[in-house]
Amino acid sequence: MNRLTFFLPVVVFVALAGLLWRGLYLNPRELPSMLIDKPMPAFSLSTIDGQPVSNADLPESLFLLNVWGSYCLPCLVEHPTLMRLAEEGEIPVVGINYKDREELALDWLQTNGNPFAFSISDNSGRFGIDLGVYGAPETYIVDKDGVIRYRHVSVLDETVWQEDFLPAIAELRAESGAAQ
Amino acid sequence: MIPELGQFSLILALLLSVLLSALPIAGAHRGEALWMSLARPLSAGVFVFLSISLAILAYAFATDDFSVRIVYAQSNSLLPMQYKLTALWGGHEGSFLLWTWMLSGWMLAVAIYSKSMPLEFVSRVLGVLGFLLIGYILFMLATSNPFDRIVPLAPTDGADLNTALQDFAFIVHPPTLYMGYVGFSVVFAFAIAALLSGRLDAAWARWSRPWANVAWSVLTLGIALGSWWAYYELGWGGWWAWDPVENPPLITWLFGTALIHSLAVTEKRGVFKSWTVLLAILAFSGSLLGTFITRSGLLTSVHAFASDPSRGVFILAILGLSVGGALLLFALRAPLMKSEAGFGLLSREVFLLTNNVLLVVAAASVFLGTLFPMVYQALTDDLISIGPPYFNLIFVPLMMVLVLFLGVGPYSRWKRTSSTYLWQQLGRVALASIVLGVLIPTVVLLRFSLPAMVSMTLAAWIVLTIGKDIRSRVANKAQLKTGLRSLSLSYYGMQAAHLGVAIMLVGIGLTSYFSQERGILLGPGDSVTLNEYEFTFIGTERIQGPNYQADQASIEVTRGGNPLTTLTPQRRIYLASGTPSTEMAIDAGLLRDLFVTLGEPKEGGAWSMTLYVKPFVRWIWLGSLFMAFGACLAAADKRYRRLRLRQEQAAKARGTGGLATASG
Repeated sequence: MNRLTFFLPVVVFVALAGLLWRGLYLNPRELPSMLIDKPMPAFSLSTIDGQPVSNADLPESLFLLNVWGSYCLPCLVEHPTLMRLAEEGEIPVVGINYKDREELALDWLQTNGNPFAFSISDNSGRFGIDLGVYGAPETYIVDKDGVIRYRHVSVLDETVWQEDFLPAIAELRAESGAAQ
Repeated sequence: MIPELGQFSLILALLLSVLLSALPIAGAHRGEALWMSLARPLSAGVFVFLSISLAILAYAFATDDFSVRIVYAQSNSLLPMQYKLTALWGGHEGSFLLWTWMLSGWMLAVAIYSKSMPLEFVSRVLGVLGFLLIGYILFMLATSNPFDRIVPLAPTDGADLNTALQDFAFIVHPPTLYMGYVGFSVVFAFAIAALLSGRLDAAWARWSRPWANVAWSVLTLGIALGSWWAYYELGWGGWWAWDPVENPPLITWLFGTALIHSLAVTEKRGVFKSWTVLLAILAFSGSLLGTFITRSGLLTSVHAFASDPSRGVFILAILGLSVGGALLLFALRAPLMKSEAGFGLLSREVFLLTNNVLLVVAAASVFLGTLFPMVYQALTDDLISIGPPYFNLIFVPLMMVLVLFLGVGPYSRWKRTSSTYLWQQLGRVALASIVLGVLIPTVVLLRFSLPAMVSMTLAAWIVLTIGKDIRSRVANKAQLKTGLRSLSLSYYGMQAAHLGVAIMLVGIGLTSYFSQERGILLGPGDSVTLNEYEFTFIGTERIQGPNYQADQASIEVTRGGNPLTTLTPQRRIYLASGTPSTEMAIDAGLLRDLFVTLGEPKEGGAWSMTLYVKPFVRWIWLGSLFMAFGACLAAADKRYRRLRLRQEQAAKARGTGGLATASG
């Protein structure tokens, strides 16, 4: 056998590895952090009280997108912070009710108070996959053009708000001010 | 503080692995006995520190330490204790720690049960394993630290373990599968050690054969457990779905099957050496590729862990270094391997080569089918999915041909077999198989199905050739008992595993073509007849589980008026996450399974439900058990022990330090 034939496996392997490497960057649906600075995925769903909702209904200013569920205990922990933000009108908050049931979600808001402008119902979790959600709670900052600018996984309490969100929001507001 | 100790222990294991991958291999190269003698203690050290890490992580799960991020993400205070502990492998980080720990366990086993091998060889094997461990531990520390904390405020409770995972099979399936997967790293290390040493005789095949058999056996069990789990948990009654994450274990298994057969030829006849080495590398690549696909988010699947491209890049780097390096080494060293014997065109060697080619082609086509959607997307930016029709179309005919050869192979002789001899011996067996294959489904089950006949014919072919082979081997012995006793364990192991293939074929053939199912709406007191079974819906009741609430239905099954059993399927709501889940009820039997899944409640206490009758489905897993058992039997053959004894005596006689260093 020709000595060179023994190199065939390694050549095939290198080609394959190159392909796999490219494959890693192909599928944005699977790469959540790649969504930063990308527009929010298109959606056409309903809110938890049954109104149709799509990208066009999102606020035309900087807003928070909060992933929550009635089953989610940590969501209760961050709830006072979201309530304060809504009451003081610091920034609009849009909810994504993730893998939940509408009646349970409405009950939960009734009991604990509703900080959300509206809550998009994603009980199948399908929209969560498009967004790359790990699980509730999770919070995104989305700008007025509907582009995702920041992502925070797990609880958004006052500490996180002061240390991470406020600087990020200030920077984004300054940036859009400069653009105008 | 305690979780940080776990991380610290992981770092210590990393440092020891660095030493392990460097000193013994360098020692073997330069003939430094002291450096080589470090291989075994270092292996033990790595194992100890990884065990400490694993134990600490398990402790964090057991004590609900939700400040540890993965405990928060995968566990919940309401979980029963067995699921709290096993939630450890319910996500990417924990399961990778388990995987790494298992590799160190295999390594420790090699360190202990390798006294018959030259120290130089053992040093290289353990060194290669140490090198793999560096990659795995670095991967954890850099991209997926299982001890990562949520600071400063720990969540009050966890997000709960995925409800589909809260099941007995989740406790046993992942560890078994990993154990088998990782076992092929050991065979890989043997092959690399042989390439490194340049000593490419049949010895490495003899040493690695028992390890390959055990790894293959455990992998077989792991895959069978996964299939059994999918069957009863996912609720559609299927036992194999060609899911992109189901496929890599199968690819590894197919390469592994080729490998254990090829190792036999290399050990016994000293031929196919470079091919066997290549198969060892391929089987190992299959296992790494499985890790890559599951953990990088390359493909979408029910099994996929949360994905992260940096992880993918890291695993790809490990894959590139180990497999790429191994293949390069192979390209440089393989031409040195010379066959020690010739063989004829019709010989056992050629039959086993045919087996290898069929298995490798099957593995390659499963591989292509699994990755093609990604390649297609890379080229056209469109999404497609490749489903069971492709896989069945390619895989099934290949396996049928393989089974034909499976009957002939054990019958043929090494070097040369005459075709008239084979025909004389097997002609009538072939005819009998066809008759049986046609008769059994038609007469016994009173139904006609060509595919079922084909699979029964093939099963009969295996069973009859096994029977005839054993008979002819004991024919020249005075008594049947002494004759049966004179056959070796590895011979029985082979026949048991081959019998397993026949059993599985019966299961697959009859389940695939004679199963019946019916979706129906039943009110309390209604009944329906499926096959010869009458199902009567009694009603539902509300029950309370440890961490869920459920509606449980009672369905009485009778046959010909005689009560058989009461099936109680459930629809559960898990309290921590609010996710619903269905638990089907199965009445399992050797000849048929009856099962019911509960759908939605309707007015008047009626429920929609699906009823199934699945003949012989258990035989699929029964066959796997025979295969796994057979491989273990072969690994336990006393000729490996005899060999060890002989070598120990030889070492003593020579007065060299073989035994002394081995025990020191």
